[in-house]
Amino acid sequence: MSEAILSVRDLNVMFSLRGKKLHAIRDISLDVMRGESLAIVGESGSGKSVLVKTFMGLNDANGWVDSGEIIYEGKKLTDFKTEREWLAIRGGEIAMVLQDPMTSLNPLKTVGTQIIEAIELHRPLRGAASRAEMLSLLKDVGIPEPERRSRQYPHEFSGGMRQRVVIAIAVACRPKLLICDEPTTALDVTIQAQILALIRSLKAKYNLTTIYITHDLGVVANVADRIAVMYAGDIVEIGTCDEVFYDPRHPYTWALLSSLPQLGVKGEDLYAIRGTPPNLFGEIKGDAYAPRNPFALKIDFVKRPPLFDVSPTHKARTWLLDPRSPKIEPPPSVKKLSTEGVKGYDAR
Amino acid sequence: MTPVEDREILLSVRHMDVCFGKRRKRFKAVDDVSFDIYRGETFGVVGESGSGKTTIGRAIIRIHPTSRGEIIFKGQRINGPISRELDRQVTQSIQMIFQDPMASLNERAKVDYIVSEGLYSGDVKYTKAERTEKVNQALMDVGLLPEFASRFPHEFSGGQRQRIGIARALIMEPEFIIADEPISALDVSIRAQVLNLLSRLQKEHGLTYLFISHDLSVMRFVCDRIAVLHKGVMVELAECEQLFAHPLHPYTRALLSAVPMPDPRREKEKTIFVYDPSMHDYSVDKPRWAEMEPGHFVRGNERELDDYRARLAD
Repeated sequence: MSEAILSVRDLNVMFSLRGKKLHAIRDISLDVMRGESLAIVGESGSGKSVLVKTFMGLNDANGWVDSGEIIYEGKKLTDFKTEREWLAIRGGEIAMVLQDPMTSLNPLKTVGTQIIEAIELHRPLRGAASRAEMLSLLKDVGIPEPERRSRQYPHEFSGGMRQRVVIAIAVACRPKLLICDEPTTALDVTIQAQILALIRSLKAKYNLTTIYITHDLGVVANVADRIAVMYAGDIVEIGTCDEVFYDPRHPYTWALLSSLPQLGVKGEDLYAIRGTPPNLFGEIKGDAYAPRNPFALKIDFVKRPPLFDVSPTHKARTWLLDPRSPKIEPPPSVKKLSTEGVKGYDAR
Repeated sequence: MTPVEDREILLSVRHMDVCFGKRRKRFKAVDDVSFDIYRGETFGVVGESGSGKTTIGRAIIRIHPTSRGEIIFKGQRINGPISRELDRQVTQSIQMIFQDPMASLNERAKVDYIVSEGLYSGDVKYTKAERTEKVNQALMDVGLLPEFASRFPHEFSGGQRQRIGIARALIMEPEFIIADEPISALDVSIRAQVLNLLSRLQKEHGLTYLFISHDLSVMRFVCDRIAVLHKGVMVELAECEQLFAHPLHPYTRALLSAVPMPDPRREKEKTIFVYDPSMHDYSVDKPRWAEMEPGHFVRGNERELDDYRARLAD
């Protein structure tokens, strides 16, 4: 694999809420390789959005990087103090597509104006040149009749079309890294498939590196080269797409997979994760997932597991990988996925 | 499952139209839709946004007036003008669960009131003690603690709020529940909890569900029969596994091809169908609603139906 475009070292992010400290990101190290497509998966509150917002300096004012560093193309982002420094990164180098296309566009400006704004902010194009660029962008993201549509307002677009506009704005400034934060959660399944295909084709066309954020493991099989599973502000498992789906090692990844209805057996209960995610205000002792983990060992409640290597590309933070731990088999539905795959969705 | 003839029809929708707007702005959201729902089953309606699936649910529960056709619940017509007594009865025995648990609970009322509100409107007047007891029972049925009754909705997580919404429906002791995208707004891990809860309640209380969703993977897991709706028109209706084994209508196949699969090998091979309604040429040969195999209906004209028959024969 090529070199890292973005590298995170022992990152800790804290928030101050009502006088208490919340430890949102706990000691994360992660390399995002140039040209790859990385998916970050986790339930709400796992810190996945906070992590990528830290890459762009977009966290709320009550949050700060407590320790660790983020290096993007040789620049140490964690040293940035002023908004001006960040403006050179945001949009031009790293761009973001947010979940809800209803709220991320300005309802008072035409779609064309909003795309031109982004172009002129970051590139030396003006007037007719930026207009031509805007039209070609609209065409790239698959909006028919760009001439006419560019004069319309966001409310005249459907949800899927609006998300296409948001994507056009994101790639307008020719970023190198595109972060998609739940890009399809608010959309229908049919539109979701189209938007994911669009992001993939733009990635190839503009040589983008992409990071997807989602809570739904079902969505990323198609788009991710690598998958990082987050729980309670920590990456508990990371590996290539095939490794995470066909040979998952962390019990939390097992739980996420077996709670998917695609893998369920009709008439039987789906696997549901017990309890609630831990409170990040307090100190977490041992493995954060232990209280909800049916496979938890005694040591899980005492000592935080290190990241064990499963293969050169596959790591998991669970004591189950320690040679001294008992042999525990993953649940049947997870094993079935690697042997038989998902069946019964043949459209022919 | 009991044979088709022996099943009791709980709700029957016949040639229903629902229109919005007047004269030139008139828009037909639901167009000539007919189906039966049997007691004890989960009947799914799937379609993309704007297909009219929510409108069907709301027409049944008398929120939207119908423009044509009839809705028959337990042998009685419940659309159009009905007696006050029947209206009460419908309000009690048909309940709804909504999509977004953040938006569907009154932020300024305590859980106790939210859950028990329906009891105030019925003919039976309950004493305070009876109400409390019913609220406690409903909360326990959905896996919440009775102490939660004195709290406000903002104190709960998304999954717990959805449980409160379900308790609010259960307290009326309904026979029929319309679940309108009950899990779309929830996290994957919480989805499983809510799906399990719905199926447990169905067994314990003998409930019948109308399950509305855009996601066929969820439908396959919960539904007995599925109807596919496109732009207000029903295009296919079949037993769940029949539909997945032999999807006939191109729109059904498009929906099926879009289901995301947690399986990288399958995902890399898969092709996505995009449904283009202009592929149908209905100018001369008009489409009809035809039964292709027992219990499996599809809409198409004669030429298309021949095509579908050939598909089934493979």
